[in-house]
Amino acid sequence: MSSDIILTIKDLQFKYGERVIADGMDVQIQRGKITTIMGPSGTGKTTLLRMIGGQVRPHAGSISYEGKSIPDLGKNELLQARKSMGLLFQASALFTGLSVFDNVAFPLREHTKLSEQMLSHLVLSKLEAVGLRGAAQLMPAELSGGMARRVALARAFALDPRLMMYDEPFVGQDPITMGVITRLIKLLNDSLGMTSIIVSHDVHEAMTISDYVYMISEGKVIASGTPDELRESDSPWAQQFLRAEPDGPVSFQYPAKDYQSDLFASVE
Amino acid sequence: MFEPIRLIGEAALRKIARLGQASLFISQVIASLPMLLRRFSLVVTQLYEVGVLSIAIIVISALAVGMVLGLQMFYTLRDFGSEQILGQVVALSLVRELGPVLAGLLFAGRAGSALTAEIGLMKATEQLSSMEMMAVDPIKRVVAPRFLAGVLSMPLLAAMFSSVGIIGGYLVGVGLLGVDSGAFWSLMQANVDFYDDILNGIIKSFVFGIIITWIAVFEGYDAKPTAEGVSRATMRTVVHSAFAVLAFDFILTALMFGGN
Ligand SMILES: Nc1ncnc2c1ncn2[C@@H]1O[C@H](COP(=O)(O)OP(=O)(O)O)[C@@H](O)[C@H]1O
Ligand SMILES: [Mg+2]
Repeated sequence: MSSDIILTIKDLQFKYGERVIADGMDVQIQRGKITTIMGPSGTGKTTLLRMIGGQVRPHAGSISYEGKSIPDLGKNELLQARKSMGLLFQASALFTGLSVFDNVAFPLREHTKLSEQMLSHLVLSKLEAVGLRGAAQLMPAELSGGMARRVALARAFALDPRLMMYDEPFVGQDPITMGVITRLIKLLNDSLGMTSIIVSHDVHEAMTISDYVYMISEGKVIASGTPDELRESDSPWAQQFLRAEPDGPVSFQYPAKDYQSDLFASVE
Repeated sequence: MFEPIRLIGEAALRKIARLGQASLFISQVIASLPMLLRRFSLVVTQLYEVGVLSIAIIVISALAVGMVLGLQMFYTLRDFGSEQILGQVVALSLVRELGPVLAGLLFAGRAGSALTAEIGLMKATEQLSSMEMMAVDPIKRVVAPRFLAGVLSMPLLAAMFSSVGIIGGYLVGVGLLGVDSGAFWSLMQANVDFYDDILNGIIKSFVFGIIITWIAVFEGYDAKPTAEGVSRATMRTVVHSAFAVLAFDFILTALMFGGN
């Protein structure tokens, strides 16, 4: 890997009660590249993004973003760091009380002193980029799921962040929106020089646009490499993911006691 | 045998811990109030949502309460031949007790529940979380303006309750039952004291406003981020506010009017 690393995660440890989210996870994100972190749902991908954003503190290990240790930042330093990050939430999380225009304008109004005219230019150009300039005056309740996701995307990159994080951007989208979002991620990354982290369990879409892929399971990186390297790898984990097999080294079951002993426990 | 005692202790500890959380939370909210001076438009919007939209229920209830009060007091006072003091009796009951307390209970039901549900839903749909990721502190941007609006609205609503209630008493007492209009107003004016009665009533309503709005914003912010969690939090806001208003009313009444 080249030396231009924007984010380094080392020996990360985190648990929700008994549920292991990270257990010695090591990840490096290269600047300007699209990196996908892949894992079955419930492995803790969303939690990982929250740790990068400083909303959840890891129990041990380090997260270093542009040379700053995220878990050790004070409140104000953390706010500063977050201004250079964008996170597209899985649930879109648009402000229900504000119009599409005001949603996208929100971060600009909070953090800049632009005139209303400049602001309007900027917001409309962001909306144009996601193809929704015509929807500027709609309220979030009037949008379809795919439109809401795109508005949320426009809002997430309103401040031109250096690092964009996408939480399951493809989930629940029709094929057309999926294609649009895939193209947008690529476009934003390449034309604006952003770094992108995609968290996904959607193998096919992610593999087509990623420069590098991490596969995680049970809190550890189980395989990593460029999409080509992974396709050719003989790692059983990688193969299970890529072929979408229900069972293999990664179990489809939520961790549980042995099935037989559960069954007989109820008989006894 | 020790189990019940242990359970009581555990419940008590949990309540105390929650009170601690609520206190920390409100101190953060209060610390961010000065910043609102620069963005007072945020507060104005909330004054509308929290205060203005509560006016209808306050006015209608106050009119009904004032009319019933006039009616009941009239029949009792007439037995003693002193129905002229109806104005004074109605005004004192409203200004000292019924105005702040009933306005408080209505405010908790109308504005408090709405605040909890709104903030709770913003949490459940990750709006608060996404605001945080946009480097905006939701306590400053969402909670503080709502808290200030609630605290400012409540005394005004209570004053409105008392005034409209007095008009209700007047309509029934003077308009319907024939109490002398001059006596109604002049005895009221002579016997309601600004400091002892009106100011104490305002202080009460101010305290109730702080308590109700505090409970409402804390329950919303602390709600479990699910549909069920938000509905439970909304219910708790109404129940806890009602108890808190009644308990503090007793304490404040004892402190304020006990000396007389
Ligand atoms: N706030 C929380 N408290 C307790 N457990 C949680 C919390 N958030 C998530 N979890 C649990 O952590 C696990 C991973 O969650 P998440 O990060 O959302 O996974 P993913 O995004 O990979 O689907 C899940 O089993 C979930 O139940
Ligand atoms: Mg997730």
